[in-house]
Amino acid sequence: MKAFTVHKGLVAPLDRANVDTDMIIPKQFLKSIKRTGFGKNLFDELRYTDAGEADQDCSGRPLNNDFVLNQPRYKGVSVLLARQNFGCGSSREHAPWALDDFGFRCVIAPSFADIFFNNCFKNGLLPIVFSEEQVDELFVACEGEEGYSLTIDLKRQVVVKPDGSELAFEIDSFRKECLVNGLDEIGLTLRESGAIKTFEDKHQQRFPWLFKELNA
Amino acid sequence: MAGKTLYDKLWDDHLVMSRDDGSALLYIDRQLLHEVTSPQAFEGLRIAGRQPWRISANLATPDHNVPTTVDEREVGIEGIVDPVSKIQVQTLDDNCSEFGITQYAMKDIRQGIVHVVGPEQGATLPGMTVVCGDSHTATHGAFGALAHGIGTSEVEHVLASQCLVAKKMKNMRVRVDGTLGHGVTAKDIVLAVIGKIGTAGGTGCAIEFAGTAIEALSMEGRMTICNMAIEAGARVGLVAVDNTTIEYVKGRPFAPEGVEWEAAVNYWHTLHSDVDAIFDYEVILNACDIQPQVTWGTSPEMVAPVGSVVPDPEAEDDATKAEGIRRALQYMGLEAGQLLTSIKLDRVFIGSCTNSRIEDLRAAAVVVKGRKVADTIKQAMVVPGSGLVKQQAEKEGLDKIFVEAGLEWREPGCSMCLAMNADKLGEGEHCASTSNRNFEGRQGFGGRTHLVSPAMAAAAAVAGYFVDVRDLVKDKQEERA
Repeated sequence: MKAFTVHKGLVAPLDRANVDTDMIIPKQFLKSIKRTGFGKNLFDELRYTDAGEADQDCSGRPLNNDFVLNQPRYKGVSVLLARQNFGCGSSREHAPWALDDFGFRCVIAPSFADIFFNNCFKNGLLPIVFSEEQVDELFVACEGEEGYSLTIDLKRQVVVKPDGSELAFEIDSFRKECLVNGLDEIGLTLRESGAIKTFEDKHQQRFPWLFKELNA
Repeated sequence: MAGKTLYDKLWDDHLVMSRDDGSALLYIDRQLLHEVTSPQAFEGLRIAGRQPWRISANLATPDHNVPTTVDEREVGIEGIVDPVSKIQVQTLDDNCSEFGITQYAMKDIRQGIVHVVGPEQGATLPGMTVVCGDSHTATHGAFGALAHGIGTSEVEHVLASQCLVAKKMKNMRVRVDGTLGHGVTAKDIVLAVIGKIGTAGGTGCAIEFAGTAIEALSMEGRMTICNMAIEAGARVGLVAVDNTTIEYVKGRPFAPEGVEWEAAVNYWHTLHSDVDAIFDYEVILNACDIQPQVTWGTSPEMVAPVGSVVPDPEAEDDATKAEGIRRALQYMGLEAGQLLTSIKLDRVFIGSCTNSRIEDLRAAAVVVKGRKVADTIKQAMVVPGSGLVKQQAEKEGLDKIFVEAGLEWREPGCSMCLAMNADKLGEGEHCASTSNRNFEGRQGFGGRTHLVSPAMAAAAAVAGYFVDVRDLVKDKQEERA
């Protein structure tokens, strides 16, 4: 996983609550067996005015010019400003894959759905939670100023605004450690193989019926 | 010290280790796999040169992409017309063969929607931890199992280590006491709960559904309710184990037998919240207040009793909510103040991991028996949750009732719940659907989904628009007939 330390990037505002993962990446694009290439279909139904198909060349598709990410001022965006309950619905990890593939490194919102929030950390994408008021202020600032950028300093757990003022955010220390160092979580867990095996043996003694072979 | 909740007990019995930051390693007893969220996980294992930790903990079946027409199904994977879907189903097949994982492949009678197949086989048992790369894994909580929907990286993590990195959730209890009225079902309970607490109401929580109305439900009904816990934002839904649970599990292919059965049952009887357990949140509903529900918007919380009207955004004080309602009405092509019973329907879908079990099909069959699907309905389809559900329904003659009434009787799979296969809505079409999500485009580009119970969907098929099923099936007598 790529490490996340300090990132400075252009911010785009997506002013809509309860953005679900079907909206982030519609189902017809989930048929891929790869982790990459989802960026061109990120927010497909909001971004284009036609119905998108899997494996389609998107370069000639009609764009919805009202959609924020289609506006020239947000070209090269890497920080998404969103509303409450972002990422609700399906567990598809294709949602953070699509955001990442499009170029996003960070999503800021007042709240996230649990599974999406978890999935972000596995993919070097940083979800940051600020209060409704703080997010409101960022929306006003971002919409009001072309080229509005934020610097996200994960080590110091602050977001630095263009005027130099800072907003502190919370993050679990384990997740921070993994992101800052780009650590492979499976590798970390497997360092505890001994403890897992010890637990498993005791578990099997206590609940032998859970270890029944599933024969085809 | 206060007693433990059911969630606390399940957590404690699977805790391998806690870390200082509050995260923990939880041991996973069962992983269910399907074709959409597993290919990248297997690929990850291969790239890292890792082997699955405990192969027999895994069970796979293709469901999301599989076609539901007999013609395509008879041929097997080669018969899948959509080449991209075919690759994904084939990839699951290849991965299961390579790693030696038990799979109910497309032509196996036991194939079906993972959340129907697991319980049906006894591969989901009380007291287990269950994961699957699908948010509706919450379904299995109906058995007093701790079931999490997870992402693909976590699928790979569990394959490699048999553990999930988890953080303890908060405890929420939703109590539904009293008796459900005639024609009101588990689906109406859960839609009413979501309407009350909202789609983020349970975020960060494990929701235990309790109360006399929940205790009175069959396992099918409990699965419907836990299934939609995620639609209230909760990754985990739970119901305490009781005799209904144990009776359902008994004799299933992977259920314990003999001495082990006795030991298991003794343990399972401890799987309930202690009377002095403390919940962080509690929500109470009275079963007799719950009416048949219909969603009118683009989020499951946008729901109302069938007798009411589409809400007016101008009457909403919260600006964000008002904007949400405005957007939803525009997408759905509805007017504020319009009666829900005036919504004309184009298609009807009875199926999905929420409502495709035998009891759901029986409930729908009772309504359509001796009636005809309205001429204005372009398509009404019934998609059983598994090959075994299909077989049972055919044994009971339900397929004939559906076909005679003008509904299509399909092969098992997820089908139009998320329209990854050929079953989908056209732009602007309204669908009465027994599935779980009415998001924009969920059932097809521009499609308009209304979530309802199987009985309400069947009634809508007959009428061509929403009707109160209680007006169609007048009394309990007929309901049982």
